[in-house]
Amino acid sequence: MSSLTKGEAPLRSEHDIVLARQQVRRLTQELKFSLVDQTKMVTAASELARNALVYGHGGAMHWEVVRAESRTGLKLLFADEGPGIPNLDLAMTDGWTSGKGLGMGLTGAKRLVNEFEIDSKVNGGTRVMITRWK
Amino acid sequence: MEKIPILRMGEFLLVTIQIDMHDQLALKLQDDLSNAIQKNASKGVLIDISSLEMVDSFIGRMVADISGIGRILGAETILVGMQPAVAITLVELGLSLPGVATALSVERGMALLRRKIDADGADVVTH
Repeated sequence: MSSLTKGEAPLRSEHDIVLARQQVRRLTQELKFSLVDQTKMVTAASELARNALVYGHGGAMHWEVVRAESRTGLKLLFADEGPGIPNLDLAMTDGWTSGKGLGMGLTGAKRLVNEFEIDSKVNGGTRVMITRWK
Repeated sequence: MEKIPILRMGEFLLVTIQIDMHDQLALKLQDDLSNAIQKNASKGVLIDISSLEMVDSFIGRMVADISGIGRILGAETILVGMQPAVAITLVELGLSLPGVATALSVERGMALLRRKIDADGADVVTH
């Protein structure tokens, strides 16, 4: 059982995507998320970690165990220093992709979590924050 | 280089994915399977994902692509053993894997493959 409430994992290679989702699996297990909720958070993390690597040219996943009133949750921040997303509204449309993906990553990840925030600047990187409450 | 083994069972191929695949490994499996279908003139492919605890859009696309490639090469693909939590997540993510036939277990998948092939292979329609 980890007593840490926050940490960081690099996203510099495909293997890091695997490590990031294993880390999120461990954290959601420690927080006793249901199996479905674990799977949703791990899957959302996998999508966003891949985006940070493929489109953002690498970055990091920051995680934090958050508490509000009687609830416990896991907050993840995916930050890259890539080219940014010029049109966020378009990027948040199902099926839209700037690359070779399916275009389900951002919108799909949003559907899998309780809270979703995205901030992107052209040439200034992209930050996506997600939270899932137990 | 790590790889996922492909077992030949008569006219079928069986792939059991037991590790958390990184993207290149998933793409390599797609290549290896396409080649194995052609080399063995396989009629069907069973992909057992019962050990997979997560299927994201990348792995989902790989599975859909294998199914499509297989069909062109004359093989039906059945995805077997998806865990309920994975199925729930996949649909919420927005991937319902149209065109990919599924079964709950390898046995049922094998039976489904035999029925599809017996029904004539020529104009098999998957849902």
